[in-house]
Order: sequence, then structure tokens, then C-alpha cells
Amino acid sequence: MSDFHAAHGRLYGLMAEFDNRYDLIEAAKRSHAAGYRKMDAYSPMPIHGLEEALGFHEWRMPMLVLLGGIFGCVGGFSLMYWMAVHAYPMNIGGRPNYSWPAFIPPAFETTILCAAFAAVFGMLALNGLPRPHHPVFSVPGFALATRDKFFLCIESADPLFQVEATRKFLESLHAKEVNEVER
Amino acid sequence: MGSLAASMDLAGMRRKALLVGGIALAASAPGLMADPEQFFRSYLVAYLYWAAIPTGCLALLMLHHLVGGEWGIVIRRMLEAGTRTFLLVLLLLAPVLLNLPRLYIWARPDVVAHDKLLQHKAAYLNTGFFLGRTAFYFAAWMLLAFLLNKYSTAQERDKTNGWKGKLQTVSGIGILVYGLTVSFASVDWVMSLDPHWFSTIYGVMFMVGGALTTLSFVVIMLSRLAQAQPMAALLKPSHFHDLGNLMFAFVMLWAYVAFSQFLIIWSGNLPEEIPFYLHRFHGSWGVIAVALLLFHFALPFILLLLRVIKKKAQVLARVAMLMMFMRLVDLIWMVTPSFHGERISLHWLDLTLPVGVGGIWVAYFLSQLSNRPIEPVEAHLIEAPHAAVEGGH
Repeated sequence: MSDFHAAHGRLYGLMAEFDNRYDLIEAAKRSHAAGYRKMDAYSPMPIHGLEEALGFHEWRMPMLVLLGGIFGCVGGFSLMYWMAVHAYPMNIGGRPNYSWPAFIPPAFETTILCAAFAAVFGMLALNGLPRPHHPVFSVPGFALATRDKFFLCIESADPLFQVEATRKFLESLHAKEVNEVER
Repeated sequence: MGSLAASMDLAGMRRKALLVGGIALAASAPGLMADPEQFFRSYLVAYLYWAAIPTGCLALLMLHHLVGGEWGIVIRRMLEAGTRTFLLVLLLLAPVLLNLPRLYIWARPDVVAHDKLLQHKAAYLNTGFFLGRTAFYFAAWMLLAFLLNKYSTAQERDKTNGWKGKLQTVSGIGILVYGLTVSFASVDWVMSLDPHWFSTIYGVMFMVGGALTTLSFVVIMLSRLAQAQPMAALLKPSHFHDLGNLMFAFVMLWAYVAFSQFLIIWSGNLPEEIPFYLHRFHGSWGVIAVALLLFHFALPFILLLLRVIKKKAQVLARVAMLMMFMRLVDLIWMVTPSFHGERISLHWLDLTLPVGVGGIWVAYFLSQLSNRPIEPVEAHLIEAPHAAVEGGH
């Protein structure tokens, strides 16, 4: 019971430190196999296969970008149509007001613009950024996650999380060190 | 997938290709007697379609040497085999070169005598210079293919990094040579069919289209090779994902380039440029134009957007087959209206000759492919899926 309180009160999770990316991927795989789901990995560079090892499925971002692109495409084309046909019809070279080939380049540009906006702002929103502080920063040596160390954090919010058992589990994964992450 | 064959039956595939090609060519022979004009027009389309693959192989091979990446390592043997087919590609061009006046009006003195514009262009568009330029293109492509294959063999033998630098040097210069020669070749072989018309983006359209045909062909071949060792053990879903992404990029680039040419000519609406699109949009060719928009761009764009499709070899191969078919449709749409104007006029030779030329070329390609090991040259650079992890168990 005290374990439970510790998990939900003081602790954000347990952070294991690794020397190389292979140990990190292996640890992520085994944690996922052991049933842990609320966890995250931190590394100095992108690692191929880490997402799969963590069981991380991100479908919201691609979907947001796609929706942004579709919105930009339809919006850009409609804008051109409204301007050229209704708001400000003009005789350009004797062409009909509705000359769709001329609408394509602006529609193409607004597609990219809105998709890019969706990507940048969607990423910030889904990451909960901007955010001045995060509990993982309290772990000693965590700054090395931007240099040459690799970290795996199992969060106390995970239903399987139990301080002692989870610590033992992480230590069995060739972790150099396991630290408590205080809130 | 069930048990894997110990090795790929390349000889069997070659026999099949040769048989299909031989039958299609034999079936086309009566066409040569009955309607030689049509025969050479259809033959030119078939030739352009398949000649795009060896040149595309050359371009992708040099691109791979310059930028690296596992996608290139796993297809390098095929690209190299493709570049070793230029002798056959040159031989296949002979029927065109021997019948220039049938295909190109600038090669008919009686037409040129009554055409002021063609007289002005005669300094460039004349038979001697045309043959000389074509000889130069092939000399350049063969030299590049020879050097790239020679250094590649040396790299495999010595297992040193010294040859890599040489391959990169050849590729750096070669990719410039490729750009210029393919641009000029497309102007000479195709654009000059309609010598009054011109477009400065024409060469790029052929380069992009050729790269797309080549990538599709390579994906289909790789999906076959993936069913047997040694490739079965080496290939990962990520390789097909990468190749699928490249196909996606070239589908978009094709649309971008094709639309650019259209937009500029449509905006200008000038009498010497616009007939190209009047012929291809009005009348029955317009149906093909819509089909191209739907099946050469929209459908593959959506399909190749999906990771599920790109990561599965056999599914991606299906998309690649669609692309290869649409490439032929695009080429027919680009070339054939130059002869016939607005009315769609598909001849049965337009179908049998691409199959015939293709069968012969594919058979030769497969024999070149089986001349050397299938195992990639730099197989050790392919990262096994979490190799270090597997050892931990």
C-alpha cells in the first residue's frame, strides 16, 4: 500500500541509464514484453527500431498533417475560385473566369503551408509544449541524454508499476544505474 | 510465406521472358509487312519505354554511390546488371536509325524543301548529326557503365575502401553527363518527331519518368528475389519502405514536371506551342489524359502514402506493376499524337511490340544479373534488425 502511495505521490517514475543504444532497445523491448506501457526513452540521436521496441504507435501526427494538407488544398482552391469568379472577376487574356489550371499553383502552396503548420503546431500541442520543466530533469546525469547516454523511464502511472519490483526489473536489463524520478 | 527456395530460378525466368518476347515479336512481324509506317511508330514507343530502364539504372546507381543508403545496397546488383545491357539497347535502336525518314519529317528532303522552319533547324536536325549525337550518347553511357562495373568488381575483390572514392568520382561527373545526354536524347529521339514544337522541360520529364519506370521494375524484381536466399535473409520491410518512398517522390515529381509544362504552355497559349495539348486533351486522347491524372498520379499518390503498403514487398510490387503499365500509357500519350493528331488510334502493334522488346531486354538483363553473385556488394553494411539485441537472449 505504501508502494502505491509512493508511486502516485512523490514519484514520477524510475529512470534506467544505459551505455549504448543496443541495450536501450533491448530494455525497451523487454519492458514492453513484461507488460509496461507508460514509458519513454531518451537518447542523443534518433534510433531506428526504438519506436517499435517501445510499442509506440503514433497515428495522430500523420493524421493531423494530412488533414492540414487537405484543408490547405481545398481552402486554397476555393479561395482562388471565390476571388476569380465572384469577388473580383477580371478578363485575363480572354480566358474564362474559372480557369482551373491557374488555381493549381496557389492551391499547391497553401496545401504545403497548412500541412507544415499542422506539423509544427500539432507537434507542439501533442507534446504539451512549451513546458518549462519536466520531472525527468531532476535525475542526476540526465543532461547526458543529449550527449552519450541512453535512458529508459518507466512511469509510475503504469498499472504494473511497483517501486521495488520495477527497480529490480530495470536492473536486470543491464542498466548502469536506476534512479527515482521525483515529481 | 512457405519454405524458401534455396536459390532463385533466374534461368527459368529468363527462358520465360525470352519465350514471351519472341512470341510477341513474331506476332508483330505481319504488321511490318502490312503497315510498316505504323510498325516503326509503335516500335519507337516500345523502344523508348525499355531504353528508359538501363539509363534509369545508370542514374540511380550513380545517385546511390553519391548519397549511400541501404535502399541502394540491396538493389545495386540489379542496377549494375541494367547498365550492362547498353549493347543490346544500341542494337535495338538499329531499326529506328535505319528508318529515320519514316519517323522524322526533318529527315525527308521533300518535306524540308517546303518548310522554312525545318530549313532553319537543319543545322541541328539532319541525319548525319543525329546519328553522330546518338553514337556519342551511347559511348558516354557505355563508358560510365564500364567504369562503374569495373570499380565495383574491384571493390568486391579487394574489400578496401579505395574503390569507393573512385566510384564516387565517376558518379559525380557521370550524373552531369547523364543529365545532359538524356536531355539531348529525348529531344532528338522524341521531341523532334514534331519539329515545329519545343519544350525546355522535355528532358526532365523523360528523366523523371525513366527513374519511375526503373524504380518500379527494380521493386518488382526485388520482390521476386526476396522469395529466395540470399536476399530473403538480408531484406527488411524498411528496404521496401525506402524504395516505396522513392517511388512516391518520383510520382509527385512526375506530376509536378508534367503540370509545369502544361501550365506554361496553357498560360502562353501561343500558336506554335499549344497544338501539343490541343491534340492531347481534345478528342479521344483526352480520356487518356484523365486516366493519367487518376492512375499515374492520384491513385499511386494515395497508395504510396500508406506505410502498410510500402512495407510489404508483394503489395508494393503490385503498385509497381500499375506504375509500369501507366508509364507505357504516358509514353504512348506523349508520342503517338505526334503522328495522328486528335483522334485516338491505338494499333495492336502498340501492345505487342512493347511486350516483344521487353521480353528480349528482360531476358538479357536476367542473364547479366546471373553473371555475378546476387549477394549485395556491401552486404556487411546492411544493419541486421537489432543484431546486437538478438545475441542477448
